This record gives sequence, structure tokens and C-alpha cells, in this order.
Amino acid sequence: MATSERLVITSTINGEERTFLADSRDSLLEALRERLNLKGVKEGCNNGNCGACAVILDGRLVNSCCVMAAEIEGSTVRTVEGLATPEGLAPLQQCFLEEAALQCGICTPGFLMSSTALLAENPAPTDDEVRFWLAGNLCRCTGYDKIILAVQAAAEQMRTLKK
Amino acid sequence: MQALRYARATSIDEAVRMLREGGETSRILAGGTDVIVQARERRRVIDLFVDIKHISDVMTMEYDAQRGLTVGAAVPLYQIYGDANVQRVYPALRAAAHVIGGKAIQGRASLGGNLGNASPAADSIPAMMVLDGVAQVAGPNGRREVRVDAFCTAPGRSVLQPGEFIVSLHFAQPAAHSGNAWERFIPRNEMDIAVVNAACALTIEGDVVTAARFSLGAVAATPLMVPLAAEALVGRRLTDETIAAAGAAAKETATPIDDMRGTVKQRKHLADVLVQRVIRAAVEHARAN
Ligand SMILES: Cc1cc2nc3c(=O)[nH]c(=O)nc-3n(C[C@H](O)[C@H](O)[C@H](O)COP(=O)(O)OP(=O)(O)OC[C@H]3O[C@@H](n4cnc5c(N)ncnc54)[C@H](O)[C@@H]3O)c2cc1C
Ligand code: FES
Ligand code: FES
Repeated sequence: MATSERLVITSTINGEERTFLADSRDSLLEALRERLNLKGVKEGCNNGNCGACAVILDGRLVNSCCVMAAEIEGSTVRTVEGLATPEGLAPLQQCFLEEAALQCGICTPGFLMSSTALLAENPAPTDDEVRFWLAGNLCRCTGYDKIILAVQAAAEQMRTLKK
Repeated sequence: MQALRYARATSIDEAVRMLREGGETSRILAGGTDVIVQARERRRVIDLFVDIKHISDVMTMEYDAQRGLTVGAAVPLYQIYGDANVQRVYPALRAAAHVIGGKAIQGRASLGGNLGNASPAADSIPAMMVLDGVAQVAGPNGRREVRVDAFCTAPGRSVLQPGEFIVSLHFAQPAAHSGNAWERFIPRNEMDIAVVNAACALTIEGDVVTAARFSLGAVAATPLMVPLAAEALVGRRLTDETIAAAGAAAKETATPIDDMRGTVKQRKHLADVLVQRVIRAAVEHARAN
């Protein structure tokens, strides 16, 4: 008879060390939403195709529906909840609002995390590079042009902030 | 998700022991981009994941101009396509690794997982086949080597015995004046399964091809070597005619099926076209070397 186990997992989530209970069958997506109450992580397809569940794991973009919760013992995870600071929204979040790069918003956390990973690696991407990078994120209502505009506006802001 | 346990192996021997104790329903967990979805959708009965990503041999990549390239079985694709030696010496591998899934898939997916999953359409397998890839396999009876071109036996099946897993993949240093290339056809630019993919590795002396290897994916039950295309080219001068003859041989060899992604007729045509394209790209690479 197949069984699963209760696990105690310790990892750094959005900069804070967290210890939580999970089941060995939980995906990272399930653990973040159900065990840690991080409901910004969205479930779209649950099979790796839509990017709504994207988070940054040890500095790399991953789809949390394709990661087991048990795998993050000792790791560092960033979710959309970790983007804003007490001072305000991150430039990407602000630009998504200003450029109207969302409608229903279910895809937005995934786009924000994916774009965060892109701009960390490539602070001045071309439009083609943005499109290629975001090909794993699906949006069924906004249309991609506004999303590309928002990412480019944020990239520009972030470059000026750095100067 | 079906009930299952998770175990983290920190050495090859420990992974072998975990797989043996786990029996037939234990599975290796590499990047998880195939196997977690399969477990969730209950396409496979799995009650134990053995995570191999904390074994150093499985996670490291090494290149040496004499010995060639060794890639740990679970090294994520972004590290492979981002590697300067891979880009320079093994562009076929670079090209396949660069388009498997999107960025969030490439952060985790691996060559060992692409091979272990043994899909007929797997993108990296034809590239590994033409590059003379050899898998280093560990199991209950010790170590052995398995050539990638003899690895897959049917969709989802391979020569691996219970308890065995791939530690790393080795690619020899190509001879002087060699080139390699990989291409696929999908209806969009990325994020789709190949309708057909093709790879070529060849060696030239002036205008004459002295050695060639071809492989096609998604045209048979397993990725396929195409010796007839090599025969059409080896010992001959590179001309539009000899390149077309190799393409025609690929079209003959392909035995695809009709499915939602493409028809028999389209796939045979693509085998022809893609083989001609990878020849030209491989020749360009060989000349640049
Ligand atoms: C959205 C999406 C897009 C995709 N696009 C593509 C694509 O374009 N082209 C393509 O080819 N594939 C694609 N895939 C499939 C998948 O990403 C690849 O097959 C990937 O290379 C699998 O690697 P992994 O490390 O994630 O394997 P896992 O899921 O960890 O493992 C896959 C299988 O191989 C076995 N295995 C893993 N490592 C080993 C090992 N070292 N030794 C023995 N067995 C092992 C596992 O037990 C399992 O059965 C896609 C998947 C998704 C979800
Ligand atoms: S929910 Fe994970 S990719 Fe769609
Ligand atoms: S805003 Fe609705 S799916 Fe993107």
C-alpha cells in the first residue's frame, strides 16, 4: 500500500526562515498555497505549461507545480508576496498597473516572477528577448503587447534607479 | 497527487540502495518536469521519488579538449546551453537544450530526464545520438556504459534495468574539421513538442564528407539513427545533389504516424527538409572550426 509521510521543512521564503509541516506528496505549489498561505502563487494548468505558479527557487525561475515541496528543504524561495517592500510596489508591479498589463490577474504573479528573473539576468532585453523569455507564461485576457510594454517600462526604471 | 514518499540521495551508492529498497514503483526525480506531472496525473504508479540532485557527479559538467564533455545527468538545461564550450564544440546539444520548454522548465529539466523519459519526440536525444553520446549507468551490479543510440527501446522504455540510473553523459571531442547541428519543426517558435527533429554530426576534408551521423526524432517509436543518409553522403563531395540524396534517404527511413501534431506525409517531408538543413549548418560549423 502506497503511503506518504509528514515532513517538517525548513527554508527561506521571501527572506524569512520558515519551518512548516507538509506531506511528502505535496507539490511546492500546494505547500506555498495551503501550508504557508501564500495565495499569490496561482494554479493554472498544474502541468508545467502556463507559468501561473512560477516562483524563484535558489535564484532560478521554476514552475512550482513541477517541484516537490520536500525538495526545498534548505533552499531559498521568492514568491510574488516578496516583491513589494514597506516603501511600496516593486517597479515591475507598478508598471504592470500603469500599463494596464492585467485584466483578471490570475497570470500576473507568474509574469511578475518570470520578468523579475529575466531582468536580474538581462537588465536591458530587446522586445524579442522579453517575448522569448515569457513564452512559458500564458495570459488569456490581456494580450501580450501590454505585458511587454510594462516589462520594458520597468526595465528602464530599474536601470535609471541603479545609475 | 498519489501518495508517495520522497528521499534525497547524497551519493551514487545511496541512490542505488534507495531504488533497490523502493522496488519497481520507485522513480528517479531529476528536474521533475516530466515525472511530477506523470505522478499527479497517475500515468505511472509511483510511491517513492529518489532525488539525485544532491549527488555531485550527477550535478557537475566538465570539458577537456582531449577527453571531451561530461555532463552530469541532472545538470539543468540552462547551464548546458549557457556553457561556452558547449556552444563552441557541441552546438547541436546547445540548440536542443535551448528550446526544451520555456525558461521555468530549463531551470530544472535535464538530459538524464529527457533520455530517461524516452519519448520518441524528445529533443535532446537525437543530438546526443549523433554526438556519440554514452551514458554512464550505475546500478545494483555496479557500473556500465550504454550508448545513447542503443538506449531507447519503445515509447517510455529503455534498456535500464530495475535499480539502474544514469550518472552522467559523455561526448567525445570531435575530430578536426567536424561540425554538428540540430533543428526541429514546431508550429510556433517555442514551447511545443517537435513534429520532427533532426541532428547531424559530420567531418569534412575540403569538399568531401569523410564521416557523418544522422538522427531523427518523432518519426518512429524511438529516436532513430539514419545510416542510409550517412551512406548517401560519406565519401562524396558536398553538392546540392548529394545533400538532397541524404534528405531523400531520411524521408525513406522515417516511419512516422498520423497524430494531432502532424501527418505521415508532413513528417516524411520534414525529415527530408530538416536533414538537408542540419547538413548545411553542420558544414558551416565544421568550416568555422
Ligand atoms: C511545459 C513543458 C514543456 C516541455 N517541452 C519540451 C520540449 O520542448 N522538448 C522535450 O524534449 N521535452 C519537453 N518537455 C518534457 C521535459 O521537460 C523533458 O523531457 C526534460 O528533459 C525532462 O527532464 P527532467 O530532469 O525534468 O526529468 P524528470 O521529470 O525528473 O524525469 C523524467 C523521467 O526520467 C527518469 N530519469 C530522470 N533522471 C534519470 C536518470 N539520471 N537516470 C535514469 N532515469 C532518469 C525519471 O525517473 C522519469 O521517469 C516539456 C515539459 C513541460 C512540462
Ligand atoms: S500551474 Fe504550474 S505551470 Fe501552470
Ligand atoms: S490577465 Fe487574465 S489570464 Fe492574464
